[in-house]
Formats: sequence, C-alpha cells, structure tokens
Amino acid sequence: MAKPKVAFFDFACCEGCQIEFTNYGDAVFLELLKHVDIVEFREAMSEKTTEPIDIAFVEGSFTREADRARLMDIRKRAKTVIAYGQCACTGGINALKNHQTDYKQFVYGTDSELPHLDSKKAYGVDHVIRVDYYAYGCPVNKYEVLQIVSHLLHDKEPVIPNYAVCVECKRRETVCRFDEGDHCMGMLARAGCDAPCPASGIPCEACRGFVDHPNLPAFEKVLVERAGFTPQRAAEKARMFTANALEAS
Amino acid sequence: MTSTVHIDVHHLTRVEGHGNIVVNVTDGVVEKCEWQVPEAPRFFESMVRGRHYSEVPRITSRICGICSVGHTLASVKATEEALGIEVSGQTRKLRELLKHAENADSHVLHVYILAAPDLVGAPSVFPLVETMPEVVARALRLKRLCHEWGSLIGGRTTHPTTVVPGGMAEVPRDKDLAALKQKLLAALPDLEATLETVVSLAPGIPAFDRPTEYIALSNDEGYALYDGMIQSVLPDGTKQRYALADYRQVTNEFVVPQSTAKYTKNKLDSYAAGALARFNNNYDMLVPEAKQAADALGLRPICTNPYMNTVAQVVEIVHSVHDSLRLIDELLDTGVRLEPPATPTKHGSGVQSVEVPRGILFHEYEYDAEGICRGGNCIIPTNQNHNNIQHDFEALVPQLLAADKSESEIELALSMLVRAYDPCISCSTHLLDVRFVR
Repeated sequence: MAKPKVAFFDFACCEGCQIEFTNYGDAVFLELLKHVDIVEFREAMSEKTTEPIDIAFVEGSFTREADRARLMDIRKRAKTVIAYGQCACTGGINALKNHQTDYKQFVYGTDSELPHLDSKKAYGVDHVIRVDYYAYGCPVNKYEVLQIVSHLLHDKEPVIPNYAVCVECKRRETVCRFDEGDHCMGMLARAGCDAPCPASGIPCEACRGFVDHPNLPAFEKVLVERAGFTPQRAAEKARMFTANALEAS
Repeated sequence: MTSTVHIDVHHLTRVEGHGNIVVNVTDGVVEKCEWQVPEAPRFFESMVRGRHYSEVPRITSRICGICSVGHTLASVKATEEALGIEVSGQTRKLRELLKHAENADSHVLHVYILAAPDLVGAPSVFPLVETMPEVVARALRLKRLCHEWGSLIGGRTTHPTTVVPGGMAEVPRDKDLAALKQKLLAALPDLEATLETVVSLAPGIPAFDRPTEYIALSNDEGYALYDGMIQSVLPDGTKQRYALADYRQVTNEFVVPQSTAKYTKNKLDSYAAGALARFNNNYDMLVPEAKQAADALGLRPICTNPYMNTVAQVVEIVHSVHDSLRLIDELLDTGVRLEPPATPTKHGSGVQSVEVPRGILFHEYEYDAEGICRGGNCIIPTNQNHNNIQHDFEALVPQLLAADKSESEIELALSMLVRAYDPCISCSTHLLDVRFVR
C-alpha cells in the first residue's frame, strides 16, 4: 500500500507548532518517515504538490478574506484536514484582538488603512472549511500529534480528551496553583497537554481551549474569592486563548 | 549579459513565514526588484493592552514559534525594568543558559534543514534521508539535544513555561544540570562533524560583498546575547554604542507598500542584524573554541558577505555549547535552588532587548499601578533585515545580469540570499515572494 501523503500549510500564526515537528529526534522522526510521505511543508521544503493529499495539517488562524480561497483549495484536495495548533482550532491567541476596534491604528498609526494591512477578526479555520480533527494547544503536544497520526494510519478514530487539566495535575501530583496563592484556568481547560504549566509553577491559561460546557460564572467567582481578583480582571481572564469561546457563551 | 528576466517566487520556501521575490528585467533594464512581505499582520502590541504583567510575556512569546524563548526573555526583562524588579544572579545564569539553547537550536535548524539543501542541490532535507543519512541523523540528533537543553531550563522550547517576571518559576535539579553537561560534552564530536560538513560545502556559498551597517547588542563582559547596549559597527570598523532607551532613534521604523512588516534604518540606507552582525560587532568576546571554528571556516570580522550569516551561525553554535559548559559549572558550584520571584517596586515603562537567533530584539511596555499593561512596542530582528535584504537585491541583481546568469540561477541566488538571513517572517509579521517578470 502506498504511504499516505501528508502536507503542512500555514496561515496567521507563529509556526511554532511546525517547529514541534522537528523536535522528535532522529529515531522517532526517521521511523515516522517510513509510514508517511511528506509532500509539502513550505517552512522546511521546496517541493510542492497540486495532487490530492491524504492528511493536511493546517496551522494558523483565518484573519483576512485573501486567505479564503487557499483554505478552500486545501479542503478540496485533502481527504482529512487536521486543524493543527490552537490558532487553527479556535483562533487561539490571535482572537485576543477580536473585542478591540482600534488595533490597526494602535500598531500602524496613520498607515493603518493601507490595503495590505487588512486584518479582520481572527477565527479558527473551521470558520471557512470543514475540519475533521483538532490538534489543540499552544503549542500542540507533539506526542498527541503522533497519536492522532497513528490512529489515522490504523483507520481508528483519534481520542481527544474532553476533561479538565485539573485531572492531569492530580495524576502528576502537582500542587494546585490556588493552594500556592496563585490562580489557574485548569478547571475549565481542555486536557491533553499533561499540564506542564502548573508543573512549572505557573497557571494554566487554557491554551487548548475549554472543555465542552465550561461553567464561566463559577470560574469568575473562584477567581474573585480565592485568588483576590477584581471582578473586571476575573471577567477578562478567560479571554487570553479563548476569546471566541467567551464571545459565543 | 542576461537582458530579460521574470522572477515571481510566491511564498518562498524554507523560511519561517511568508515572503515573495519579484524581479522584472526587460532589455537589460531592471523594472522591478523587490523583496515583499505579505504575512498576515497579528497586532500583538495592541493585544497586550489590559492584560496583567504576569500574562504579557506569555502573550508576546506567541509572536514567534522559533524564537519564543527570546521573546519571552525580552518581554520579561522589559516588564521587570518597568516595574523595578531585580532578579538574582542564579536567575540570570539560568536565563543565559536558556538563551544559548535557543540560539543553538534555531541555528541547527537553519544551517542543516533550511540552508544546506541549496548547497547540495536538493529541494529539501527529505531526499537527503536516502543520500546523506548520517548527516540527516546528525542534524536531528543535534536538534533534539538543543530541544532537551532548552526544555530542561525553560520547561519547553516552544513558548517556555518557567520564565516569569521576577525570576524562574521552576529550576532544574543539580543532577539534571550535570546530565545536561554530559550530553553537551557527548555532542562535541557532532559539532566537529558539523564544521567539517560546512567546510566541505563552503565553496558553494556565493561570493557577494555589500558593505553595510551591522547592529547588535554588546557589553564588556562577554558575547552579548542576554543583555547589553545597542552597538553599531560600520564596514570601516567604526563602532558606536547607544542606550537601550534610544532604540526608536536607532531603528527609525517606517511603513512601505510591499510589506506588512515595518522597515528600519540607522546611519546608512539599511542595516543588518543577526549572527553575522553579532560576529562583526563582538568577535573579540567569542570563546577560544568558537574563534578556532571561525578560523577553520575562513570567517573574519568585518565580513560583508550576507551569505556568510549561515557560517556565523555555525560559529555561534560552538560558542553557545562551550559557554554553556562554563555556566553549568558555575551553577553547580553553588547548587541551584528554587527562589521566590522578586516583586514589583514601582510602575511605569521599560525597554529591554535580547539577541534572538535572527538578531537584536526590542520589547517595551508601560504598566499602571495595578500591574495592568497600557501598551507595548516590539521591534523584531527580521523587520530590521527586510530593508537590508532589499538593498542587497538591488546590488546583486545587476551583478548577476552582468555575469550572464540564467533566470533560474538568479532566482536561486536571491532565494539563497533571503534564506541566509534566516528570516522569521511571522515574527516580523509574515514575508517572502520571488517574482521575475520577463
């Protein structure tokens, strides 16, 4: 059987999730190449294809109409589309400007109306095309990505967690940030990262987005009562990686 | 002489982010010769407004996936400056060790994966898995080593977790630092082999000199990566230092129609940042092993061939590994312990800078009494290089035409030139198209 053809595409993002792909080391990476053919990956290779693709990894947010046609072309050519990283999944950090109206003037001043500086609200790529699977996180968990690829190669449905990061902290025996006098978004945040941030002594910022049906009012109450936040800061807290979910709730 | 050329490279490959190269030459007249930056702009300076100081470095880290360590460090340092926070000597050493890891990590990626394929006539590293398996395995081994090195100190290398305003939220255990030292020592043969590979490929590096201004951080203690003052060196060796607070006067940002990233200039029409700029400014501060590597590679200051930036990166990999061995020894001498982060003593604005793999990076923020950010400004090294790349193009294309080079040779030379700068366009916003118009 021919090896599945895999391609990477990028939109508005930092391309850090693509970089994670180079961090597996020689043993894992060379083994992976025995099972898939990487046919397009602009950041790492000059080869390009117009042929059908089995798995397309799409990184980055949709922020301008100019990118719509390229996304639709990828969808047309790809059997499976994976939104790769949080920018592609939900808009990620880019959506942090969505509630602002003056971001262009703030950054580009009197030049802000030049046509090439166009930027609308940031969305996940499923704003434009159908997405089959989501590799969440900022950055992605590179071992979860291997799991997803492995499941697809074996014709199985990848399993993506829909429980809170708190579960993973308990499993790692990480002391709760609230018990350290800090705050945290772990109780709302989608797990699957293995909770590296609380383990490093900093709060979870929900970079993988929320679990389904997050209880935001209760979360804000906890921030005010246990972490001493002002109500305004508590309400703003959930905007960092989850601005679009906040707007929809 | 070649008289008609049309080059239109849309979204140049093997660079971070999106850029286009467009060259139109008709009957020997260069009608258009442009380096264009069409990357989608992302507005970080606006997004940090209203966020607490503890969140700001975690947001601006996301400017760039390759230099997220550098963005985090610049952001944390500027925040500490604004809030009057002094960090400990241990914090400083750990952050320097992390900075070395990032530079080596990014340089390994660029030298082996992004730049080297051009020198062996391959479109990417993937065909080399079959033809040069030992070189590819070495590249992946070194990349992994740098990833583990940075992850031990930073928690991870893409968007590090441990670096916070006031210090380090988590520190490595002494035994893990000792193990890192052993791994770095074990990698020395791979560094030697890297030098040999680059020496063997060096004849393929184009000969092209365009004297320009080189700007980098500089200090009197070492090869400045983590901190220093701004320093400029001109092709005749004249050096001048500037305070960090004067960064806006040095960079002189301006908007041009072909780019979503702003352009910069200082004393001359354009200036360069990056490994070669650091090497030209601070050669004397390299560790002896790195100077030996530079000798072996035929690199001497002041080098005005922009293609040699990749070679300067190799010298810096050697420097970072050896200087890190020193830092690890110093940390192990005293033992590393977890310290509570230092806290704010004032509020206001602060400017700070670090050298990221692609050059000098500035972050500035202003905070109110509650520690909430009122605004920020980030000047990215690749932005500072866009204008220099444009001026290189304008000097190089007539030379290539006069030398009777074919369209495909010209396209390759320009693509390689852009790659030599190792641009990080999503950082600068996103950049690179080559278009030749016939």
